[in-house]
Amino acid sequence: MILSKTGEMPTIDPRVLRYSLSVSLTVGLYGIAFGAASIASGFSVLQSCLFSLLTFTGASQFAAVGVVASGGTAFAAISAATLLGTRNALYGMQMAPLLENRGLNKLIAAHITIDESTGVALSQIEQGASSMRQGFWLTGLGVFLFWNLFTLLGALGAKQLGTPASWGLDAGVPAAFLGLLWLRLTSNFLRLVALAAMIFTVVVTPWMPAGLPIISATLVAVVAGWSERSSQS
Amino acid sequence: MWVVLFCTSALALLTKLGGHYVPASWLSNPRLQRINALIPIALLSALVVAEALTNKTKLVLDHRLAGVAVALVALMAKMPFPVVVLSAVFTSAFIYHWH
Repeated sequence: MILSKTGEMPTIDPRVLRYSLSVSLTVGLYGIAFGAASIASGFSVLQSCLFSLLTFTGASQFAAVGVVASGGTAFAAISAATLLGTRNALYGMQMAPLLENRGLNKLIAAHITIDESTGVALSQIEQGASSMRQGFWLTGLGVFLFWNLFTLLGALGAKQLGTPASWGLDAGVPAAFLGLLWLRLTSNFLRLVALAAMIFTVVVTPWMPAGLPIISATLVAVVAGWSERSSQS
Repeated sequence: MWVVLFCTSALALLTKLGGHYVPASWLSNPRLQRINALIPIALLSALVVAEALTNKTKLVLDHRLAGVAVALVALMAKMPFPVVVLSAVFTSAFIYHWH
């Protein structure tokens, strides 16, 4: 697929390959955490694996099983996961003109449009469009391979362990969210938004059905984004 | 469970496909862009709290919060992701069995 778009056979840049592989493997390892979290939330091994195969966007998967684990409704779980995945649409808008795929290739390209494939593609911007395309495909497919492999291992491992709480797995899920969040807190304004969303969630939790506080925290993002220009220098 | 699995998957793919079919000019509203960039931060923050501090609609302080507190320390010490998660897991399991 890396080769089929324009018909030419570009040689794979070894630097892009190395970079894509290291990203794929590192990110793929998080799949263990997802597999374990999914089992801890009451999903089966098959369901956990299908999540990684079909949903294939890590934060949304964690959100879906996380909301279910906290007693939220199916609607709350699906909404939280979908809202968390909206950034993939933005990535798609950036990648589509670069990839120029059609038909099945476009469908596969869309499925592997995630943080990492887009990130690696954009990091190759100085090397030109061919390197960017290679970065996108190699990273997207690489993450897909390792993410699914490690989800299976994590799910099987967690299944062997039994009660999630007695192994601390119920703390692993929020810790994973905190880790994902941490990477994004690159300015004081963003830290403030995170803190506001946390306080908001604590305050509204006793007053709302389970799962709803998570979705309504997007209000914090809307308010903050709306007024950002005036509050940020 | 199956409903959550398949609806989440279908909507995730539709979102991704939508991005590939929509012209980039839709991106031009800076206010929308800013809000979109902030949504993951708000949602992840809410998820940390919901998973560490709540049980259904109650706020509870238990072994999970201790685990997340240790994870926070690990993050501040710039530890890699697996170490962060494992430190939370071990702390939480230790406290769960200890009390």
